[in-house]
Amino acid sequence: MKSIVCVKRVPDTEARIRIAGDGSSIDPSGVKFVLNPYDEFAVEAALKHKEAAGQGEVTVISVGDASSAETLRTALAMGADAAVLLKADRTPEGLAAAKVLAAEIEGREYDLVLFGMKAIDDDLQAVGPMVAELLGIPVVSAVTEFSVDNGKVTAHREIEGGAEVVELRMPCALTITKGAYEPRYASLKGIMAAKKKPLEEKPASVDAPAAQATLSYPPERQAGRIVGEGPDAVPELLRLLRTEAKVI
Amino acid sequence: MAGIFAFAESRDGELRKVAQEVVTAARKLADAAGTEVHAVALGGSGLSGAAGELGKYGADKVFVGESGAFDRYSPEGFTTVIVNFIKEHGCDAALFPATALGKDLAPRVAARLGVDYLSDATGLDAEGGAVSVTRPRYAGKVFGKVAVSQKPAVISIRPNVFQAAESPKAGAVESLDVDLGSADFGAVVTEIKAAAGEKLDVSEAPIVISGGRGLQDPANFKLLEELAEAFGGRAAVGASRAVVDAGWRPHGDQVGQTGKTVAPTLYIAVGISGAIQHLAGMRTSRYIVAINKDPEAPIFKVADYGIVGDLFQILPRMTEEVKKLMA
Ligand SMILES: Cc1cc2nc3c(=O)[nH]c(=O)nc-3n(C[C@H](O)[C@H](O)[C@H](O)COP(=O)(O)OP(=O)(O)OC[C@H]3O[C@@H](n4cnc5c(N)ncnc54)[C@H](O)[C@@H]3O)c2cc1C
Repeated sequence: MKSIVCVKRVPDTEARIRIAGDGSSIDPSGVKFVLNPYDEFAVEAALKHKEAAGQGEVTVISVGDASSAETLRTALAMGADAAVLLKADRTPEGLAAAKVLAAEIEGREYDLVLFGMKAIDDDLQAVGPMVAELLGIPVVSAVTEFSVDNGKVTAHREIEGGAEVVELRMPCALTITKGAYEPRYASLKGIMAAKKKPLEEKPASVDAPAAQATLSYPPERQAGRIVGEGPDAVPELLRLLRTEAKVI
Repeated sequence: MAGIFAFAESRDGELRKVAQEVVTAARKLADAAGTEVHAVALGGSGLSGAAGELGKYGADKVFVGESGAFDRYSPEGFTTVIVNFIKEHGCDAALFPATALGKDLAPRVAARLGVDYLSDATGLDAEGGAVSVTRPRYAGKVFGKVAVSQKPAVISIRPNVFQAAESPKAGAVESLDVDLGSADFGAVVTEIKAAAGEKLDVSEAPIVISGGRGLQDPANFKLLEELAEAFGGRAAVGASRAVVDAGWRPHGDQVGQTGKTVAPTLYIAVGISGAIQHLAGMRTSRYIVAINKDPEAPIFKVADYGIVGDLFQILPRMTEEVKKLMA
Protein backbone atom coordinates (compact mmCIF):
# COMPACT_ATOMS: atom_id res chain seq x y z
CA MET A 1 0.00 0.00 0.00
CA LYS A 2 1.28 3.41 -0.91
CA SER A 3 0.40 6.25 1.41
CA ILE A 4 1.05 9.93 1.04
CA VAL A 5 0.90 12.11 4.14
CA CYS A 6 0.67 15.88 3.78
CA VAL A 7 2.32 17.73 6.65
CA LYS A 8 2.83 21.33 7.73
CA ARG A 9 5.29 23.23 9.83
CA VAL A 10 3.50 25.25 12.52
CA PRO A 11 4.33 27.16 15.72
CA ASP A 12 4.43 24.96 18.81
CA THR A 13 1.20 24.90 20.83
CA GLU A 14 3.02 26.57 23.75
CA ALA A 15 4.16 29.48 21.58
CA ARG A 16 3.11 32.98 22.45
CA ILE A 17 1.81 34.44 19.23
CA ARG A 18 2.77 38.03 18.48
CA ILE A 19 1.55 39.96 15.49
CA ALA A 20 4.32 41.25 13.19
CA GLY A 21 4.68 44.85 12.09
CA ASP A 22 2.79 44.24 8.84
CA GLY A 23 -0.35 43.44 10.84
CA SER A 24 -1.11 40.37 8.78
CA SER A 25 1.49 37.82 9.80
CA ILE A 26 3.02 36.63 13.03
CA ASP A 27 6.45 37.48 14.34
CA PRO A 28 8.42 34.22 14.14
CA SER A 29 11.28 35.34 16.39
CA GLY A 30 11.60 33.19 19.47
CA VAL A 31 8.86 30.86 18.26
CA LYS A 32 9.61 27.14 18.17
CA PHE A 33 8.18 25.42 15.10
CA VAL A 34 7.02 21.82 15.06
CA LEU A 35 5.35 19.20 12.89
CA ASN A 36 1.62 20.03 13.16
CA PRO A 37 0.31 17.81 16.01
CA TYR A 38 -2.63 16.53 13.95
CA ASP A 39 -0.22 15.60 11.15
CA GLU A 40 1.67 13.47 13.65
CA PHE A 41 -1.48 11.39 14.03
CA ALA A 42 -1.65 11.02 10.26
CA VAL A 43 2.02 9.99 9.96
CA GLU A 44 1.52 7.50 12.77
CA ALA A 45 -1.58 6.07 11.08
CA ALA A 46 0.30 5.61 7.80
CA LEU A 47 3.18 3.87 9.56
CA LYS A 48 0.87 1.58 11.57
CA HIS A 49 -0.99 0.46 8.47
CA LYS A 50 2.21 -0.09 6.57
CA GLU A 51 3.56 -2.19 9.43
CA ALA A 52 0.33 -4.16 9.68
CA ALA A 53 0.44 -4.90 5.96
CA GLY A 54 4.11 -5.82 6.20
CA GLN A 55 4.82 -3.82 3.06
CA GLY A 56 4.23 -0.49 1.42
CA GLU A 57 5.63 2.99 1.31
CA VAL A 58 4.95 6.20 3.19
CA THR A 59 5.82 9.46 1.47
CA VAL A 60 5.47 12.78 3.30
CA ILE A 61 4.88 15.98 1.37
CA SER A 62 4.93 19.55 2.54
CA VAL A 63 4.48 22.86 0.81
CA GLY A 64 6.33 25.70 2.42
CA ASP A 65 9.60 27.56 2.68
CA ALA A 66 13.03 25.95 3.10
CA SER A 67 12.56 25.48 6.83
CA SER A 68 9.81 22.93 6.16
CA ALA A 69 12.59 20.48 5.26
CA GLU A 70 13.22 20.16 8.99
CA THR A 71 9.56 19.21 9.53
CA LEU A 72 9.81 16.57 6.83
CA ARG A 73 12.94 15.19 8.52
CA THR A 74 10.91 14.78 11.70
CA ALA A 75 8.41 12.63 9.82
CA LEU A 76 11.25 10.67 8.20
CA ALA A 77 12.74 10.09 11.64
CA MET A 78 9.39 8.68 12.80
CA GLY A 79 9.68 6.18 9.98
CA ALA A 80 8.38 7.64 6.72
CA ASP A 81 10.30 6.39 3.68
CA ALA A 82 10.64 9.48 1.51
CA ALA A 83 9.85 13.16 1.56
CA VAL A 84 9.04 15.89 -0.93
CA LEU A 85 9.29 19.60 -0.23
CA LEU A 86 7.30 21.77 -2.59
CA LYS A 87 9.29 24.87 -2.04
CA ALA A 88 7.61 28.25 -2.02
CA ASP A 89 8.59 31.57 -0.49
CA ARG A 90 5.74 31.30 1.96
CA THR A 91 3.50 28.60 3.35
CA PRO A 92 0.11 28.86 1.66
CA GLU A 93 -3.25 28.12 3.28
CA GLY A 94 -6.57 26.71 2.15
CA LEU A 95 -7.23 26.38 -1.56
CA ALA A 96 -3.80 27.74 -2.55
CA ALA A 97 -2.09 25.00 -0.52
CA ALA A 98 -4.53 22.35 -1.75
CA LYS A 99 -3.81 23.19 -5.39
CA VAL A 100 -0.05 22.76 -4.98
CA LEU A 101 -0.45 19.48 -3.10
CA ALA A 102 -3.04 18.09 -5.50
CA ALA A 103 -0.84 18.90 -8.50
CA GLU A 104 2.03 16.95 -6.96
CA ILE A 105 -0.09 13.99 -5.80
CA GLU A 106 -1.82 13.72 -9.17
CA GLY A 107 1.37 12.49 -10.81
CA ARG A 108 2.04 9.84 -8.18
CA GLU A 109 0.88 6.35 -7.47
CA TYR A 110 -1.05 6.10 -4.22
CA ASP A 111 -3.76 4.25 -2.36
CA LEU A 112 -4.25 6.62 0.56
CA VAL A 113 -3.68 10.32 1.11
CA LEU A 114 -3.64 11.27 4.78
CA PHE A 115 -3.80 14.67 6.42
CA GLY A 116 -4.03 15.98 9.94
CA MET A 117 -7.59 17.10 10.62
CA LYS A 118 -6.42 20.69 10.78
CA ALA A 119 -3.35 22.84 10.97
CA ILE A 120 -3.12 24.49 14.38
CA ASP A 121 -1.92 27.80 12.93
CA ASP A 122 -4.64 28.72 10.42
CA ASP A 123 -7.22 26.44 12.11
CA LEU A 124 -8.96 26.07 8.74
CA GLN A 125 -9.66 22.34 8.56
CA ALA A 126 -9.87 22.67 4.79
CA VAL A 127 -6.84 21.33 2.96
CA GLY A 128 -7.64 17.59 3.16
CA PRO A 129 -11.17 17.79 1.76
CA MET A 130 -10.04 20.35 -0.83
CA VAL A 131 -7.18 18.21 -2.13
CA ALA A 132 -9.55 15.24 -2.38
CA GLU A 133 -12.07 17.32 -4.32
CA LEU A 134 -9.36 18.50 -6.70
CA LEU A 135 -8.17 14.92 -7.20
CA GLY A 136 -11.74 13.64 -7.53
CA ILE A 137 -11.31 10.99 -4.84
CA PRO A 138 -13.56 10.28 -1.85
CA VAL A 139 -12.62 11.80 1.50
CA VAL A 140 -13.75 11.71 5.08
CA SER A 141 -12.64 14.09 7.81
CA ALA A 142 -12.00 13.86 11.56
CA VAL A 143 -11.12 10.14 11.51
CA THR A 144 -10.10 8.56 14.82
CA GLU A 145 -9.40 5.09 13.46
CA PHE A 146 -9.63 3.18 10.19
CA SER A 147 -9.08 -0.24 8.73
CA VAL A 148 -8.07 -1.24 5.22
CA ASP A 149 -9.40 -4.33 3.54
CA ASN A 150 -9.73 -5.36 -0.07
CA GLY A 151 -9.48 -1.97 -1.68
CA LYS A 152 -11.86 -0.51 0.86
CA VAL A 153 -11.36 1.71 3.89
CA THR A 154 -13.68 1.66 6.88
CA ALA A 155 -13.25 4.82 8.90
CA HIS A 156 -14.65 6.03 12.22
CA ARG A 157 -15.28 9.69 12.30
CA GLU A 158 -16.14 11.95 15.23
CA ILE A 159 -19.52 13.69 15.13
CA GLU A 160 -21.36 15.53 17.89
CA GLY A 161 -22.31 13.06 20.56
CA GLY A 162 -21.03 9.99 18.76
CA ALA A 163 -19.30 8.55 15.74
CA GLU A 164 -20.08 7.74 12.13
CA VAL A 165 -18.73 4.74 10.31
CA VAL A 166 -17.86 5.57 6.70
CA GLU A 167 -16.85 3.18 3.95
CA LEU A 168 -14.60 4.55 1.23
CA ARG A 169 -13.37 3.18 -2.05
CA MET A 170 -9.62 3.44 -2.54
CA PRO A 171 -7.78 5.50 -3.49
CA CYS A 172 -9.20 7.91 -0.96
CA ALA A 173 -8.23 10.65 1.45
CA LEU A 174 -8.66 10.79 5.22
CA THR A 175 -8.03 13.58 7.69
CA ILE A 176 -6.95 12.21 11.05
CA THR A 177 -7.69 13.46 14.53
CA LYS A 178 -6.65 12.19 17.91
CA GLY A 179 -7.84 8.65 18.52
CA ALA A 180 -6.19 5.34 17.86
CA TYR A 181 -2.90 6.72 16.60
CA GLU A 182 -0.62 7.85 19.40
CA PRO A 183 2.43 9.33 17.63
CA ARG A 184 5.67 7.50 18.29
CA TYR A 185 8.81 9.31 19.31
CA ALA A 186 11.60 9.29 16.80
CA SER A 187 14.38 7.08 18.15
CA LEU A 188 18.01 8.08 17.85
CA LYS A 189 18.33 5.36 15.23
CA GLY A 190 15.35 6.84 13.41
CA ILE A 191 16.91 10.29 13.48
CA MET A 192 20.20 8.95 12.10
CA ALA A 193 18.38 6.96 9.41
CA ALA A 194 16.33 10.02 8.43
CA LYS A 195 19.49 11.82 7.35
CA LYS A 196 20.03 9.24 4.63
CA LYS A 197 16.47 9.07 3.38
CA PRO A 198 15.53 10.85 0.17
CA LEU A 199 14.19 14.39 0.55
CA GLU A 200 13.38 15.82 -2.82
CA GLU A 201 12.94 19.57 -3.23
CA LYS A 202 10.91 21.06 -6.05
CA PRO A 203 9.88 24.62 -6.72
CA ALA A 204 6.16 25.22 -6.34
CA SER A 205 4.12 28.01 -7.77
CA VAL A 206 1.65 29.22 -5.23
CA ASP A 207 -1.44 31.31 -6.03
CA ALA A 208 -1.61 34.62 -4.25
CA PRO A 209 -4.00 34.39 -1.32
CA ALA A 210 -7.54 35.41 -2.26
CA ALA A 211 -7.51 37.85 0.61
CA GLN A 212 -5.08 38.83 3.33
CA ALA A 213 -6.18 38.70 6.96
CA THR A 214 -5.66 41.60 9.31
CA LEU A 215 -4.66 40.15 12.64
CA SER A 216 -5.66 41.40 16.06
CA TYR A 217 -5.51 40.15 19.60
CA PRO A 218 -8.67 38.95 21.26
CA PRO A 219 -9.85 41.24 24.02
CA GLU A 220 -7.81 40.43 27.13
CA ARG A 221 -9.92 38.60 29.62
CA GLN A 222 -9.87 40.43 32.90
CA ALA A 223 -9.02 38.15 35.76
CA GLY A 224 -12.28 38.01 37.62
CA ARG A 225 -13.07 37.70 41.18
CA ILE A 226 -12.49 34.92 43.65
CA VAL A 227 -15.95 34.59 45.11
CA GLY A 228 -14.73 32.74 48.15
CA GLU A 229 -13.26 29.55 49.50
CA GLY A 230 -14.85 26.15 49.82
CA PRO A 231 -18.46 25.03 49.47
CA ASP A 232 -19.83 27.98 51.42
CA ALA A 233 -18.96 30.21 48.46
CA VAL A 234 -21.39 28.31 46.21
CA PRO A 235 -24.59 30.28 46.95
CA GLU A 236 -22.79 33.57 46.28
CA LEU A 237 -21.37 32.20 43.00
CA LEU A 238 -24.80 31.14 41.83
CA ARG A 239 -26.26 34.48 42.85
CA LEU A 240 -23.64 36.27 40.72
CA LEU A 241 -24.26 33.95 37.77
CA ARG A 242 -27.94 34.62 38.05
CA THR A 243 -28.10 38.36 38.76
CA GLU A 244 -24.83 39.78 37.45
CA ALA A 245 -23.86 37.51 34.55
CA LYS A 246 -27.46 36.46 33.89
CA VAL A 247 -26.41 33.12 32.46
CA ILE A 248 -28.46 30.76 34.61
CA MET B 1 -26.85 40.79 -5.14
CA ALA B 2 -27.58 37.16 -5.67
CA GLY B 3 -28.69 35.98 -2.26
CA ILE B 4 -27.15 34.42 0.80
CA PHE B 5 -27.18 30.65 0.98
CA ALA B 6 -27.76 29.14 4.44
CA PHE B 7 -27.28 25.44 5.02
CA ALA B 8 -29.80 24.24 7.61
CA GLU B 9 -28.37 21.15 9.23
CA SER B 10 -30.74 18.43 10.40
CA ARG B 11 -30.42 15.06 12.02
CA ASP B 12 -33.11 12.36 12.05
CA GLY B 13 -35.65 14.67 10.45
CA GLU B 14 -35.14 17.43 13.00
CA LEU B 15 -33.41 20.69 12.34
CA ARG B 16 -30.50 21.29 14.67
CA LYS B 17 -30.40 24.42 16.80
CA VAL B 18 -27.41 25.65 14.83
CA ALA B 19 -29.63 25.82 11.72
CA GLN B 20 -31.46 28.77 13.31
CA GLU B 21 -28.11 30.41 14.02
CA VAL B 22 -26.92 29.97 10.42
CA VAL B 23 -30.16 31.46 9.10
CA THR B 24 -29.97 34.34 11.60
CA ALA B 25 -26.40 35.10 10.51
CA ALA B 26 -27.43 34.88 6.85
CA ARG B 27 -30.33 37.28 7.50
CA LYS B 28 -27.95 39.87 8.93
CA LEU B 29 -25.64 39.60 5.94
CA ALA B 30 -28.56 39.73 3.52
CA ASP B 31 -29.91 42.89 5.17
CA ALA B 32 -26.51 44.54 4.98
CA ALA B 33 -26.17 43.56 1.33
CA GLY B 34 -29.79 44.13 0.33
CA THR B 35 -30.50 40.59 -0.77
CA GLU B 36 -32.46 37.43 0.08
CA VAL B 37 -31.77 34.43 2.28
CA HIS B 38 -32.13 31.01 0.69
CA ALA B 39 -32.06 28.27 3.30
CA VAL B 40 -31.45 24.72 2.16
CA ALA B 41 -32.21 21.65 4.28
CA LEU B 42 -31.32 18.14 3.13
CA GLY B 43 -32.35 14.91 4.76
CA GLY B 44 -34.63 11.91 4.77
CA SER B 45 -38.37 12.48 4.46
CA GLY B 46 -40.35 14.46 7.01
CA LEU B 47 -38.16 17.52 6.98
CA SER B 48 -40.45 20.04 5.34
CA GLY B 49 -42.49 20.79 8.47
CA ALA B 50 -39.41 21.55 10.45
CA ALA B 51 -37.88 23.50 7.61
CA GLY B 52 -40.96 25.73 7.42
CA GLU B 53 -39.86 27.20 10.72
CA LEU B 54 -36.77 28.76 9.22
CA GLY B 55 -38.84 31.65 7.92
CA LYS B 56 -39.11 32.72 11.53
CA TYR B 57 -35.36 33.37 11.63
CA GLY B 58 -35.26 35.28 8.39
CA ALA B 59 -35.24 32.87 5.45
CA ASP B 60 -37.06 34.33 2.44
CA LYS B 61 -37.19 30.91 0.82
CA VAL B 62 -36.60 27.48 2.27
CA PHE B 63 -35.61 24.70 -0.11
CA VAL B 64 -36.07 21.19 1.18
CA GLY B 65 -34.39 18.24 -0.45
CA GLU B 66 -35.80 14.98 0.85
CA SER B 67 -34.55 11.59 -0.19
CA GLY B 68 -34.21 8.20 1.43
CA ALA B 69 -30.59 8.36 0.33
CA PHE B 70 -30.18 11.35 2.66
CA ASP B 71 -31.35 9.63 5.85
CA ARG B 72 -27.70 9.84 6.71
CA TYR B 73 -25.17 12.44 5.68
CA SER B 74 -23.94 11.76 2.17
CA PRO B 75 -20.67 13.65 1.66
CA GLU B 76 -20.65 13.54 -2.13
CA GLY B 77 -24.43 13.69 -2.50
CA PHE B 78 -24.77 16.80 -0.33
CA THR B 79 -21.83 18.47 -2.08
CA THR B 80 -23.32 17.84 -5.51
CA VAL B 81 -26.81 19.06 -4.58
CA ILE B 82 -25.46 22.22 -2.96
CA VAL B 83 -23.03 23.04 -5.75
CA ASN B 84 -25.81 22.58 -8.30
CA PHE B 85 -28.11 24.80 -6.24
CA ILE B 86 -25.51 27.56 -5.94
CA LYS B 87 -24.73 27.41 -9.65
CA GLU B 88 -28.40 27.67 -10.51
CA HIS B 89 -29.47 30.33 -8.01
CA GLY B 90 -26.21 32.17 -7.60
CA CYS B 91 -25.10 33.43 -4.21
CA ASP B 92 -22.82 36.01 -2.65
CA ALA B 93 -22.06 34.01 0.44
CA ALA B 94 -22.72 30.43 1.48
CA LEU B 95 -22.99 29.83 5.21
CA PHE B 96 -22.57 26.49 6.94
CA PRO B 97 -22.41 25.55 10.61
CA ALA B 98 -18.94 24.76 11.95
CA THR B 99 -20.12 21.35 13.11
CA ALA B 100 -18.70 17.94 12.26
CA LEU B 101 -20.99 17.83 9.23
CA GLY B 102 -20.52 21.46 8.18
CA LYS B 103 -16.76 21.27 8.47
CA ASP B 104 -16.70 18.17 6.29
CA LEU B 105 -19.08 19.58 3.71
CA ALA B 106 -18.17 23.27 3.34
CA PRO B 107 -14.53 22.89 2.22
CA ARG B 108 -15.62 20.39 -0.46
CA VAL B 109 -18.28 22.74 -1.73
CA ALA B 110 -15.70 25.54 -1.83
CA ALA B 111 -13.11 23.43 -3.65
CA ARG B 112 -15.66 22.27 -6.21
CA LEU B 113 -16.64 25.88 -6.81
CA GLY B 114 -12.96 26.82 -6.98
CA VAL B 115 -13.14 29.36 -4.16
CA ASP B 116 -11.59 29.70 -0.72
CA TYR B 117 -13.25 28.67 2.51
CA LEU B 118 -13.10 30.30 5.93
CA SER B 119 -14.06 28.20 8.92
CA ASP B 120 -15.37 28.88 12.38
CA ALA B 121 -16.31 32.52 11.87
CA THR B 122 -17.11 34.44 15.03
CA GLY B 123 -17.92 37.67 13.20
CA LEU B 124 -19.51 38.50 9.83
CA ASP B 125 -20.08 41.78 8.01
CA ALA B 126 -20.91 43.01 4.56
CA GLU B 127 -18.93 46.09 3.56
CA GLY B 128 -18.74 47.59 0.11
CA GLY B 129 -19.84 44.48 -1.74
CA ALA B 130 -17.48 42.18 0.11
CA VAL B 131 -18.27 39.87 2.96
CA SER B 132 -15.82 40.25 5.79
CA VAL B 133 -15.13 37.39 8.15
CA THR B 134 -13.54 37.43 11.59
CA ARG B 135 -12.22 34.10 12.78
CA PRO B 136 -9.82 32.74 15.37
CA ARG B 137 -6.37 31.60 14.32
CA TYR B 138 -3.70 29.90 16.41
CA ALA B 139 -6.52 28.47 18.52
CA GLY B 140 -7.81 31.91 19.35
CA LYS B 141 -4.48 33.42 20.36
CA VAL B 142 -5.11 35.95 17.59
CA PHE B 143 -8.07 36.75 15.36
CA GLY B 144 -7.92 37.39 11.63
CA LYS B 145 -10.30 39.57 9.69
CA VAL B 146 -10.57 38.98 5.95
CA ALA B 147 -12.61 40.78 3.32
CA VAL B 148 -13.56 38.08 0.81
CA SER B 149 -13.83 39.45 -2.69
CA GLN B 150 -14.43 36.05 -4.33
CA LYS B 151 -18.00 34.94 -4.87
CA PRO B 152 -19.41 33.06 -3.21
CA ALA B 153 -17.66 33.53 0.11
CA VAL B 154 -17.88 30.05 1.64
CA ILE B 155 -17.92 30.27 5.42
CA SER B 156 -18.74 28.11 8.40
CA ILE B 157 -19.88 29.82 11.58
CA ARG B 158 -19.05 28.77 15.10
CA PRO B 159 -22.03 27.37 16.99
CA ASN B 160 -23.34 29.47 19.91
CA VAL B 161 -21.77 32.70 18.67
CA PHE B 162 -24.53 33.97 16.39
CA GLN B 163 -27.50 33.78 18.74
CA ALA B 164 -30.67 32.81 16.89
CA ALA B 165 -32.96 35.83 16.62
CA GLU B 166 -36.43 35.98 15.16
CA SER B 167 -36.89 38.13 12.11
CA PRO B 168 -39.94 36.68 10.40
CA LYS B 169 -40.09 36.34 6.61
CA ALA B 170 -42.47 34.50 4.36
CA GLY B 171 -40.20 31.50 4.37
CA ALA B 172 -42.05 29.84 1.52
CA VAL B 173 -41.05 26.20 1.35
CA GLU B 174 -40.09 24.78 -2.02
CA SER B 175 -38.94 21.28 -2.68
CA LEU B 176 -35.56 20.69 -4.17
CA ASP B 177 -34.81 17.98 -6.67
CA VAL B 178 -32.17 15.79 -5.10
CA ASP B 179 -32.38 12.86 -7.48
CA LEU B 180 -28.78 12.11 -8.32
CA GLY B 181 -29.71 9.21 -10.56
CA SER B 182 -27.41 6.26 -10.36
CA ALA B 183 -24.58 8.25 -8.83
CA ASP B 184 -21.99 5.87 -7.45
CA PHE B 185 -20.47 7.44 -4.37
CA GLY B 186 -16.98 6.59 -3.21
CA ALA B 187 -17.78 7.31 0.46
CA VAL B 188 -20.90 6.12 2.25
CA VAL B 189 -21.90 6.50 5.90
CA THR B 190 -22.87 2.98 6.88
CA GLU B 191 -23.56 3.38 10.56
CA ILE B 192 -24.03 5.94 13.31
CA LYS B 193 -22.62 4.86 16.65
CA ALA B 194 -23.26 5.68 20.25
CA ALA B 195 -25.41 8.40 21.64
CA ALA B 196 -25.55 10.49 18.46
CA GLY B 197 -28.35 12.99 18.65
CA GLU B 198 -28.96 12.41 22.34
CA LYS B 199 -25.84 13.46 24.11
CA LEU B 200 -25.36 17.21 24.04
CA ASP B 201 -21.98 18.01 22.51
CA VAL B 202 -19.51 20.35 24.21
CA SER B 203 -19.22 22.40 21.03
CA GLU B 204 -22.94 23.17 21.07
CA ALA B 205 -24.06 23.18 24.69
CA PRO B 206 -24.86 26.55 26.26
CA ILE B 207 -23.22 25.34 29.49
CA VAL B 208 -20.03 23.27 29.54
CA ILE B 209 -18.67 21.76 32.75
CA SER B 210 -15.17 20.41 32.16
CA GLY B 211 -13.11 18.27 34.46
CA GLY B 212 -9.36 17.87 34.65
CA ARG B 213 -6.78 15.80 36.43
CA GLY B 214 -8.04 17.25 39.71
CA LEU B 215 -10.95 14.80 39.46
CA GLN B 216 -8.40 12.07 40.32
CA ASP B 217 -10.40 9.15 38.98
CA PRO B 218 -12.68 8.59 35.98
CA ALA B 219 -15.49 7.49 38.32
CA ASN B 220 -15.51 10.98 39.83
CA PHE B 221 -16.78 12.47 36.57
CA LYS B 222 -20.16 11.39 37.88
CA LEU B 223 -19.96 14.52 40.08
CA LEU B 224 -19.80 16.63 36.91
CA GLU B 225 -22.55 14.65 35.23
CA GLU B 226 -24.83 15.20 38.21
CA LEU B 227 -24.19 18.92 38.09
CA ALA B 228 -24.81 18.94 34.33
CA GLU B 229 -28.08 17.14 34.88
CA ALA B 230 -29.10 19.65 37.55
CA PHE B 231 -28.93 22.30 34.81
CA GLY B 232 -31.72 20.40 33.09
CA GLY B 233 -30.30 19.15 29.82
CA ARG B 234 -28.57 22.41 28.88
CA ALA B 235 -25.12 21.37 30.01
CA ALA B 236 -22.48 19.05 28.57
CA VAL B 237 -19.46 17.56 30.30
CA GLY B 238 -16.03 18.29 28.81
CA ALA B 239 -12.49 17.36 29.72
CA SER B 240 -8.89 18.51 29.65
CA ARG B 241 -6.40 16.64 27.53
CA ALA B 242 -4.69 15.22 30.60
CA VAL B 243 -7.74 13.12 31.41
CA VAL B 244 -8.43 12.23 27.79
CA ASP B 245 -4.84 11.01 27.42
CA ALA B 246 -5.32 8.98 30.59
CA GLY B 247 -8.28 7.30 28.90
CA TRP B 248 -10.83 8.62 31.39
CA ARG B 249 -12.92 10.42 28.79
CA PRO B 250 -13.31 10.12 24.99
CA HIS B 251 -11.45 12.53 22.73
CA GLY B 252 -14.75 13.98 21.56
CA ASP B 253 -15.07 15.59 25.00
CA GLN B 254 -11.64 17.25 24.93
CA VAL B 255 -11.59 21.02 25.00
CA GLY B 256 -8.50 22.83 23.76
CA GLN B 257 -6.08 23.32 20.95
CA THR B 258 -6.03 19.64 19.99
CA GLY B 259 -9.62 19.12 21.05
CA LYS B 260 -12.75 21.13 20.51
CA THR B 261 -13.05 24.87 20.60
CA VAL B 262 -16.10 25.85 22.57
CA ALA B 263 -17.95 29.12 23.11
CA PRO B 264 -20.74 28.41 25.60
CA THR B 265 -22.44 31.12 27.63
CA LEU B 266 -21.06 29.47 30.76
CA TYR B 267 -17.88 27.40 31.06
CA ILE B 268 -17.09 25.79 34.40
CA ALA B 269 -13.53 24.46 34.72
CA VAL B 270 -13.20 22.01 37.58
CA GLY B 271 -9.78 20.75 38.68
CA ILE B 272 -8.17 22.12 35.52
CA SER B 273 -4.96 24.10 35.81
CA GLY B 274 -5.54 26.26 32.74
CA ALA B 275 -2.60 25.33 30.49
CA ILE B 276 -2.25 27.53 27.40
CA GLN B 277 -3.54 24.75 25.13
CA HIS B 278 -6.65 24.36 27.24
CA LEU B 279 -7.29 28.10 27.39
CA ALA B 280 -7.00 28.21 23.61
CA GLY B 281 -10.13 26.10 23.34
CA MET B 282 -12.40 27.89 25.79
CA ARG B 283 -11.33 31.48 26.16
CA THR B 284 -14.12 32.78 23.93
CA SER B 285 -16.71 31.45 26.39
CA ARG B 286 -19.01 34.25 27.56
CA TYR B 287 -18.50 33.55 31.28
CA ILE B 288 -15.85 31.36 32.83
CA VAL B 289 -16.01 29.89 36.34
CA ALA B 290 -13.01 28.11 37.85
CA ILE B 291 -12.99 25.71 40.75
CA ASN B 292 -9.49 24.82 41.86
CA LYS B 293 -7.74 24.22 45.14
CA ASP B 294 -4.65 26.11 44.00
CA PRO B 295 -5.23 29.88 44.18
CA GLU B 296 -2.25 30.38 41.83
CA ALA B 297 -3.67 28.17 39.05
CA PRO B 298 -3.52 30.05 35.69
CA ILE B 299 -7.20 29.26 35.08
CA PHE B 300 -8.09 32.01 37.58
CA LYS B 301 -6.44 34.56 35.27
CA VAL B 302 -9.16 34.07 32.66
CA ALA B 303 -12.06 33.19 34.95
CA ASP B 304 -14.79 35.72 35.68
CA TYR B 305 -15.60 33.98 38.95
CA GLY B 306 -13.63 31.50 40.96
CA ILE B 307 -13.92 29.39 44.04
CA VAL B 308 -10.73 28.22 45.70
CA GLY B 309 -11.12 24.88 47.37
CA ASP B 310 -11.57 21.15 47.15
CA LEU B 311 -13.80 20.21 44.25
CA PHE B 312 -15.01 17.12 46.09
CA GLN B 313 -16.68 19.37 48.64
CA ILE B 314 -17.74 22.12 46.25
CA LEU B 315 -19.38 20.09 43.48
CA PRO B 316 -22.01 18.26 45.58
CA ARG B 317 -23.01 21.55 47.17
CA MET B 318 -23.25 23.18 43.79
CA THR B 319 -25.42 20.40 42.39
CA GLU B 320 -27.72 20.72 45.39
CA GLU B 321 -27.99 24.52 45.05
CA VAL B 322 -28.51 24.41 41.28
CA LYS B 323 -31.31 21.87 41.75
CA LYS B 324 -32.99 24.26 44.18
CA LEU B 325 -32.62 27.14 41.73
CA MET B 326 -34.02 25.16 38.83
CA ALA B 327 -36.91 23.67 40.80
C1 LIG C 1 0.69 19.58 21.50
C2 LIG C 1 -0.15 19.72 22.74
C3 LIG C 1 -1.52 19.89 22.62
C4 LIG C 1 -2.33 20.01 23.76
N1 LIG C 1 -3.68 20.16 23.60
C5 LIG C 1 -4.45 20.27 24.71
C6 LIG C 1 -5.87 20.44 24.59
O1 LIG C 1 -6.43 20.45 23.50
N2 LIG C 1 -6.60 20.55 25.73
C7 LIG C 1 -6.03 20.52 26.98
O2 LIG C 1 -6.77 20.63 27.98
N3 LIG C 1 -4.70 20.36 27.11
C8 LIG C 1 -3.90 20.23 26.01
N4 LIG C 1 -2.57 20.02 26.18
C9 LIG C 1 -2.07 19.68 27.54
C10 LIG C 1 -1.85 20.84 28.44
O3 LIG C 1 -0.57 21.36 28.22
C11 LIG C 1 -1.99 20.39 29.92
O4 LIG C 1 -1.10 19.34 30.17
C12 LIG C 1 -3.39 19.92 30.30
O5 LIG C 1 -4.36 20.84 29.89
C13 LIG C 1 -3.46 19.77 31.81
O6 LIG C 1 -4.70 19.20 32.18
P1 LIG C 1 -5.30 19.45 33.63
O7 LIG C 1 -5.47 20.91 33.84
O8 LIG C 1 -6.51 18.59 33.73
O9 LIG C 1 -4.21 18.81 34.61
P2 LIG C 1 -3.18 19.50 35.57
O10 LIG C 1 -2.36 20.51 34.89
O11 LIG C 1 -2.52 18.38 36.28
O12 LIG C 1 -4.10 20.29 36.57
C14 LIG C 1 -4.92 19.73 37.55
C15 LIG C 1 -5.48 20.88 38.37
O13 LIG C 1 -6.42 20.34 39.31
C16 LIG C 1 -6.27 21.02 40.53
N5 LIG C 1 -6.76 20.11 41.58
C17 LIG C 1 -6.22 18.94 41.97
N6 LIG C 1 -6.97 18.38 42.93
C18 LIG C 1 -8.02 19.21 43.18
C19 LIG C 1 -9.11 19.19 44.07
N7 LIG C 1 -9.32 18.18 44.90
N8 LIG C 1 -9.96 20.22 44.04
C20 LIG C 1 -9.79 21.25 43.20
N9 LIG C 1 -8.76 21.33 42.33
C21 LIG C 1 -7.88 20.32 42.31
C22 LIG C 1 -4.81 21.35 40.64
O14 LIG C 1 -4.60 22.47 41.49
C23 LIG C 1 -4.45 21.66 39.18
O15 LIG C 1 -4.59 23.02 38.92
C24 LIG C 1 -1.74 19.94 25.05
C25 LIG C 1 -0.35 19.79 25.18
C26 LIG C 1 0.44 19.69 24.04
C27 LIG C 1 1.92 19.54 24.22
